[in-house]
Amino acid sequence: MNQSTKSLLSRRNASDSPRAKGARGESDRFYVWTLRGFAALFSAILLEFVYSIVHQSWPAWTHEGLTLLTGTTWNPANSVYGGLPLILDTVISTLVALLFAVPVGLGTALVLNFVLPRRLQTITASMVELLAAIPSVVYGLWGLYVLVPWMSTTIQPWLGRLSGGAWPFSGDPLGAGIMLASTVLAVMILPTIVAISRDVIAALPKDLNEGALSLGASRSQVLRKVILPSAKSGILGAISLGAGRALGETVAVLMVIGGNAQMPRSLFSVGATLASTIATEYTEASPGNVAALGALAVILMVLTAAVNAFARRLVRRTGALSS
Amino acid sequence: MNDSLDAAIQDGAVVGEFVTDPLLQLRKVNVSFSGRVAVRDVSFDVAPNKITALIGPSGSGKTTILRSLNRLHDLTKGAKVEGDLLLGGVDIYKGGIATMLLRSRIGMVFQRPNPFPTLSIYDNVVSGLRFNGIRKKSLLDEAAESALISAALWDSVSSRMKAHASTLSGGEQQRLCIARALAVEPEILLMDEPTSSLDPVSTQRIEELMTELKNRVTMIIVTHNMQQAARVSDNCAFLLMAEDRAGELIEFAPTSKIFHDPSDPRTVDYVNGRFG
Amino acid sequence: MSDLLNTLPPDPIYDRREKIRAITAKTLRRRTRLSQLFVGAISTTLVIALVPLVLVLYTIVQRGGSDLTLAFVTKLPQVPTIGQQNAIGGIGNAIVGTLIVAAMAAAMAIPLSLILGLYLVEMNTRLARIFRGGVEILSGIPSILLGVFAYIFIVIPQHHFSAFAASVALALLMTPVITKAVETAIRGVPDAVTEAGLALGARRSVVARRVVLPAARPGIITGTLLALARAMGETAPLLLIIGATDSSTWDLNPFHSMSALPTLTYFYSNSSFPSQHRAAWGVALVLVVLVLILNVTSRLISARLSRRAQA
Repeated sequence: MNQSTKSLLSRRNASDSPRAKGARGESDRFYVWTLRGFAALFSAILLEFVYSIVHQSWPAWTHEGLTLLTGTTWNPANSVYGGLPLILDTVISTLVALLFAVPVGLGTALVLNFVLPRRLQTITASMVELLAAIPSVVYGLWGLYVLVPWMSTTIQPWLGRLSGGAWPFSGDPLGAGIMLASTVLAVMILPTIVAISRDVIAALPKDLNEGALSLGASRSQVLRKVILPSAKSGILGAISLGAGRALGETVAVLMVIGGNAQMPRSLFSVGATLASTIATEYTEASPGNVAALGALAVILMVLTAAVNAFARRLVRRTGALSS
Repeated sequence: MNDSLDAAIQDGAVVGEFVTDPLLQLRKVNVSFSGRVAVRDVSFDVAPNKITALIGPSGSGKTTILRSLNRLHDLTKGAKVEGDLLLGGVDIYKGGIATMLLRSRIGMVFQRPNPFPTLSIYDNVVSGLRFNGIRKKSLLDEAAESALISAALWDSVSSRMKAHASTLSGGEQQRLCIARALAVEPEILLMDEPTSSLDPVSTQRIEELMTELKNRVTMIIVTHNMQQAARVSDNCAFLLMAEDRAGELIEFAPTSKIFHDPSDPRTVDYVNGRFG
Repeated sequence: MSDLLNTLPPDPIYDRREKIRAITAKTLRRRTRLSQLFVGAISTTLVIALVPLVLVLYTIVQRGGSDLTLAFVTKLPQVPTIGQQNAIGGIGNAIVGTLIVAAMAAAMAIPLSLILGLYLVEMNTRLARIFRGGVEILSGIPSILLGVFAYIFIVIPQHHFSAFAASVALALLMTPVITKAVETAIRGVPDAVTEAGLALGARRSVVARRVVLPAARPGIITGTLLALARAMGETAPLLLIIGATDSSTWDLNPFHSMSALPTLTYFYSNSSFPSQHRAAWGVALVLVVLVLILNVTSRLISARLSRRAQA
């Protein structure tokens, strides 16, 4: 944004006296090189991070190749390393979480900006954002002991009856599984979606709202036909940031998804995601398995980095991310 | 909505009668925000098919008055409008008056051009009609063409109606906003410093446009630019900020009188550029 | 009468105005109702968004509140035995462990982030922009991967789990967040303030340390507390690298494994002892209280900040 105007370096002061300049030049050089040095150090750590994860997975890629992406069975005990079920569970649980979280998140962002009186806006927004402060292990605990029984005795039997046991509501109502993981994920990514789309919407010119109202539009017409379309790319960015968070969420998912790496058959299926599999199997893995788990880490890293880079591009364009 | 509104629509009190003289009457209008008075006891009449200008220094309540005329203050919590604002004899703040209907009769053009950024030129022009439930293509096309012609934009955009509104220049965007407001066929058009963000050439285009639009719509314009008020308006309301920071009407008269023979010494000072 | 006719708008416009008014009036009721329905629907979504917060907090307090005794937060855990099925002891070492790990992570992340934030503001080069992109990507990387990294980078060479490895992973998690906060806060410092310092002939490094950073301090503190709150609650990387989720000693050597609240919550929730299941809620409550204190403090500071900015 306004990087150039804020850079101290670009403000060589015209009133510099020649005497001051010598001493100052040297010290400034030291200062600049300190900054550069630490930036280089941190860049090195980042590169080392990527390198060590990719390096660790290398044997798996050379041995298994594309099976890591397309194989339908994950069974490290028998050295079968098909990553597809884990990838599918990760992606499906994220998509279903978005299905829950996006309408609620957008509605909340609109209410915060346009319906609530200003006095209530900040406090309500802070409450929604507190959802992001609760540690994921606490969501896991809540999911495991409160939601699992509720899902298995109430929600899933009800959905099963309603749909006549048809896909995607087929299978035994176990409680734990993809559907519950999605529910917990939806709660966890909701604050991200709300906070960013709220900022994006607030960054729109106020004139748009008043302009539409002045043409005789109703409140819902303003929101649906003008505000939401105008904020579209920023909202898509907010959703993608939420998706990025859901893809990599580990412990809460691990505690409620059932921990069984199999091809998902319905929303009631138990499963295992990339992250949850790494968390449960990594420390006790044999050398061969470590490489395969490293490959899962690489897949997860690429997936989340791509989604996040996409999201940040979209949100940055709206100028709302800086807040 | 309630029955009194329906009755008003039926007997034409809300719908027709746009040539009653005067069209709009303000009587002892007070506007306050959370108890702080911003405009006090303002009374004047708006003659149909004329341009009425609100002039005065910053903070004198010009825009506040303008925004009370299409009830935009309804959006602001703590805002209160008192007194009588009569449109064709009907109080626009009376219970049962639908703001949506009112605003389709009293359009508004803002300081900065605010076309809807995601819509095409055509969709921008007909957006007001669509908001108001008009779907018929022939009516939309007819109104769009007429509005764009009146806004002196038809020749340059008729071949690219599907283009995004953002492809237009600033002056063109403002004329698009005028066309958008005209398409709903309002009786009154409120203009809040419509040329303050435009270059001199675009400003001149808009001023010419306003004079041409007089036979189609009654205009009320807020302007900081006294030459503009002198050039385009028929009647002028001069406001000043009182000691308690509330805007008050100092003088209301035909424009020529305000500029050549004002009766209040403060008006003399202002039009001679002695303050503000 | 003829005067009146002259002031009338031209006919086609008059006709169209009539037509438009008629349709507008006819659709008014439907549009109003739809609008009320829509506003009602989005207001419901706000309520739905707040339900989980209330439910989670209520459940934790209801099920964990009774555990909140002095003994629970100060004593060492006690493993249930056949004779003492309900023995649970305390979680003192996990609380201290969490604080130690967080403090170590903060000690690494805060100075680093201050320098990186200054770097991002001071340098306007292509390299700096690429670097900013890298930092942003890191902030979206799942924490479990930072755990994998710390495992490869520290645990494997040292041949044992350690609190230090955990704090490195958490520091990597915190650094992008704090760096961003530092950068934003510094950019919020008015130019005049910096220029006044430079005009006095002070060195840039001195201006940065004595003028810019102090002026940006509230924003930096806010960001740091938020990052710290998030790091304290992190579980996934700790599962891989801190080890000893069931430690029942006061071993506070940072290069040894250590107990921490998030991992203890996880361990208790998976336990085969009913008493530990129950205690998991108590641990969670303590964790949530710690995290919320940091979070709310940060929010209060930032609220005071924005109030002052408005004034």
